[in-house]
Amino acid sequence: MSNIAKAFANGKAFIPFITCGDPDLKTTAAAVREAAKNGADLIELGIPFSDPTAEGPVIEAASIRALRAGTTTDKVFDLVRDLRRDVTVPMVFMTYANVVFSYGTERFCATCREIGIDGIILPDIPYEEKEDFQPTCEKYGLDFISLIAPTSEKRIAMIAKEAKGFLYIVSSLGVTGTRSEITTDLASMVKIVRENTDIPCAIGFGISTPEQAAKMAHIADGVIVGSAVVKLLAEYGVEAPQQIGAYVRQMKDGVRG
Amino acid sequence: MTNPNGRFGIHGGQYIPETLMNAVNELEEAYNYYKNDPAFQAELETLFREYAGRSSGLYYAEKMTRDLGGAKIYLKREDLNHTGAHKINNVLGQALLAKKMGKTRLIAETGAGQHGVATATAAALFGMECVIYMGEEDTIRQALNVYRMRLLGATVIPVTSGTATLKDAVSEAMREWTNRIDDTHYCLGSVMGPHPFPTIVRDFQAVISKESREQILAKEGRLPDAVVACVGGGSNAIGSFYHFIPDEGVRLIGCEAAGRGIDTFETAATVNTGKLGIFHGMKSYFCQDEYGQIAPVYSISAGLDYPGVGPEHAYLHDIGRAEYVPVTDDEAVDAFEYLAKTEGIIPAIESAHAVAYVKKLAPTMSADQIIIVTISGRGDKDCAAIARYRGEDIHE
Repeated sequence: MSNIAKAFANGKAFIPFITCGDPDLKTTAAAVREAAKNGADLIELGIPFSDPTAEGPVIEAASIRALRAGTTTDKVFDLVRDLRRDVTVPMVFMTYANVVFSYGTERFCATCREIGIDGIILPDIPYEEKEDFQPTCEKYGLDFISLIAPTSEKRIAMIAKEAKGFLYIVSSLGVTGTRSEITTDLASMVKIVRENTDIPCAIGFGISTPEQAAKMAHIADGVIVGSAVVKLLAEYGVEAPQQIGAYVRQMKDGVRG
Repeated sequence: MTNPNGRFGIHGGQYIPETLMNAVNELEEAYNYYKNDPAFQAELETLFREYAGRSSGLYYAEKMTRDLGGAKIYLKREDLNHTGAHKINNVLGQALLAKKMGKTRLIAETGAGQHGVATATAAALFGMECVIYMGEEDTIRQALNVYRMRLLGATVIPVTSGTATLKDAVSEAMREWTNRIDDTHYCLGSVMGPHPFPTIVRDFQAVISKESREQILAKEGRLPDAVVACVGGGSNAIGSFYHFIPDEGVRLIGCEAAGRGIDTFETAATVNTGKLGIFHGMKSYFCQDEYGQIAPVYSISAGLDYPGVGPEHAYLHDIGRAEYVPVTDDEAVDAFEYLAKTEGIIPAIESAHAVAYVKKLAPTMSADQIIIVTISGRGDKDCAAIARYRGEDIHE
């Protein structure tokens, strides 16, 4: 069983996202440890990118704060090395294609394996362009996570058939950010996914409350929350890790139902 | 020149969120149908002729030729098009295509504001809703164009993220497109972004070289020795080059905005200072740091102030078919004033970059050689900014 599969082995999974280096890497380390301690099943670590075109204002602002604080890909790798001394939950990187490509895809993936990263999510790499990254990920034992969106329609089956690790279901049109209501017919999307693959699927984009999380966990195998976690970092800064721990616990209780 | 996967050599592709994939596929399908539809082409030709005022003239710049004392210089007058720049060529094509696809709303990014004005114009013409994203910094540099867009019925949204310039306007327009796809066409303004945009925009802009090739053959009975155009994303340049690409004896020269110089960080000369990367939907050359963070580029020209270049230019550079040269702010401003005084033509500051290089190139060539330089737009919009550059504060 891959590490990522393990994240979905204990009932419905809760997956928080944290932008590395916001407000500094020490706070990120503390936040990840708090999240892991309080029931996060898998953690998405964002490597900040200057122009995150799939993000809404909350995560975009976090990326800018992290870069201004001097965060680099190499420093994020060091952070993960440190975390892996005691944190065992699966961790994946979420970043943009150019961050991986400019580092050298081979060198990036090799480093990920060395430091204990389990997968990579690149929101600007659709099915048609995954050949640039997926084979290298596979070579180093990393899952290259695919996304499906409300507009995917006939593409869902094609994407699901080749998906690795888990399938990231984008709940709504638009960019990341909290939403009061999610209107997409996610159950129909999940049904097509289930017909085409056995790997788990998790829903992200727009989820912030335990009630929303519970509702989504009924439909899919896991729930991903980014902006709501990042908002805590924006609000509480270096004091955020404790808040994040409490929030993760609430959300994990939510997905347990 | 485009291969089936939307590649130009290794460049191009479709590096976009899954949410947009069906939208670009639908666009590609529609374009492939209408580009071969005689009725569509006839309608577009009528719009070009009756509405945009095409063909644009190929003007022999006799005084400039005499003054520089070398090659014979012709100006391709895209500045004389309706709305004052080459941007209208692409916009009329895309708006017509969007209308055929049943879209009722156009969104677009703009740098100098010329593409925004052109899109707002086409939206007014076709009765479509229009929203323009423009970096806040550029709304200040190009206040006149902001007013023109509003006058034409468009909503202008100032973008405050990042450097608040063209790159951020593109990011914001892409974000908005992922949010609202059904009724909305993203009318991309340059030969960039995900396939099929670089091909669609190039095909609509190729009218520039289709005309200039015929015009120069009619006037001179021969092809030019060099074609020169400014390059930001590269739409007027690819349009100016396209029908000359098979003519190997014709040098193709793109003039990049070097800002304060390519040895400084305040530059936007992508081919000269960038490296291969993936951004805004395409693989191409980008100004970026060692970790792939996109650089905050700079140029006096809002229209060339972009950290990337269209994938077909990256390819023409790779195979050595086109040359890309840097031109600084100072050189461009000198050329802006030079063309005004010498020929009575005030070029856009973007186009002035191409004129600046011609000032250097022409004297090195002989009197029996010919240069065509594209004046991609007119310079009225730039007068206040250039006055400021020269230390004079005028109020529009």
